Amino acid sequence: MPLPYYVSPEQMMQDKAEYAKKGIAKGRSIIAMEYADGVLMVADNPSVSLYKISEIYDSIAFSGAGKYSEFENLRKAGIRHADLKGYMYSREDVTARSLANGYSQTLGTIFSQEIKPLEVEILVAQVGESRETNELYRISFDGSIFDERGFAAIGGRAEALQVFLKERYKNGPPSLKDALALCVAALENVTNQKLPLEGLEIAVLDRGRTGRKFRRISPVESRQFLA
Amino acid sequence: MPLFPDNYGSSFFDYLAQQRPDLTPAAKGWTSAPGLSSSGFDEGRGSHVPPVAHGTTVLAVKYQGGVLIAGDRRATEGYQIAGRRMEKVFKIDDHSAMAIAGAAGPCIEMAKIFQTELEHYEKLEGVQLSCEGKANKLGQMIKANLPMVFQGLVVLPIYVGYDLKRSEGRIFKYDITGGRYEESDYHSIGSGGKDARNTIKEHFRKNLSEEEALQVALRALYNAAEEDVGTGGPDLVRGIYPTAKLVSLAGITDIDEQRIGTLYAALIDARKRGA
Repeated sequence: MPLPYYVSPEQMMQDKAEYAKKGIAKGRSIIAMEYADGVLMVADNPSVSLYKISEIYDSIAFSGAGKYSEFENLRKAGIRHADLKGYMYSREDVTARSLANGYSQTLGTIFSQEIKPLEVEILVAQVGESRETNELYRISFDGSIFDERGFAAIGGRAEALQVFLKERYKNGPPSLKDALALCVAALENVTNQKLPLEGLEIAVLDRGRTGRKFRRISPVESRQFLA
Repeated sequence: MPLFPDNYGSSFFDYLAQQRPDLTPAAKGWTSAPGLSSSGFDEGRGSHVPPVAHGTTVLAVKYQGGVLIAGDRRATEGYQIAGRRMEKVFKIDDHSAMAIAGAAGPCIEMAKIFQTELEHYEKLEGVQLSCEGKANKLGQMIKANLPMVFQGLVVLPIYVGYDLKRSEGRIFKYDITGGRYEESDYHSIGSGGKDARNTIKEHFRKNLSEEEALQVALRALYNAAEEDVGTGGPDLVRGIYPTAKLVSLAGITDIDEQRIGTLYAALIDARKRGA
């Protein structure tokens, strides 16, 4: 019987991480940003039907970067988790924290146990009743979870976006218009090209809405905003 | 939260039945009927299908802008009044509503699952179900409840929706096996359903205005309450009135209690004068 090759755990993890990072680096980027009345999400996504940003529950939204089939599965799992919880207990008991934890567990388990890690990075955002209670989680391919403030970026150019936004996102949350302009500028900066509004997927969690706070913003509407 | 392989489809009801069958209305092991009984009379558990009679009157009437759906507020428990403020008309999503007759607990549960079902589908698929699709799904849920019917826990709804593709309101009625039938103008169910239907029949015509449809509906509920012990009329002492909702292109609109109160005051006044 041939002996299996020995690969040290360090080496194995490193290889997996490299593989996942490579996969994510190929993809486009997404930004989530707190604005005065909620949370804005902007994705560089030319498709009008294959969404990267999605509603999970009343005040919770999700976005995924990387491999579509993989984050789509995570998205669906999140909706099922949220709807079941909301049905079993109450709508107010569905929280981004528990969801982000679930995602972290899932991604962490897959990263350590499966041969192929998931090539995804995801964002879970929740709009609170006030600015202070907004929640923004970034979850990495290995299950590591980051609690972000102000803004968060995922995808191929996430680091460059972080740097760009860190310099410009100051003095508390901007208005929706300013936040949108900043997100578009950041995405254009890291891709070195002018992005048409039709090529952006934009959605908000609007604190002012009752019930389901998630709303998509069409290119027509975003053009009016930025005019 | 395990990583779900996508073999559940987009239905919350099916997901619930697979993952948490204990939470579905037809949960196994649930053998006795607690709480509110639907008809108030002995319904013969187990041996035969109980008579489909319920202490309720709910109705739907089409008008120019869509459908009006309304119901009384009484819940009965045997010969006792169990509740005077029961809400029997439920908003399901932005363009549909249902009204229910039957055992209170399972009825409310079914409305709640159905609300979650439609929202769940919309979120997973990115688009809403069609009006027809929603009506069919409700039929399947009623069918799944059939075992409970033999325990005396009947759930029977009227479902109304505004069909955005056809630009018209639609009314669906059901039987206990989940059979789905579309009504063209109006319908009413519950123990006072027949009385209400008779009244609507006399006053209905095509293209009623919103105000006229509301008057017909309230008159029908009033007459049903006069004839049927299971149906509550306007309670002038406590200020409790039947509830009504409009289902139209603009969405679901609750009709103000005060407006209903005023219409009833006029109706009762006319009756006193012998009109």
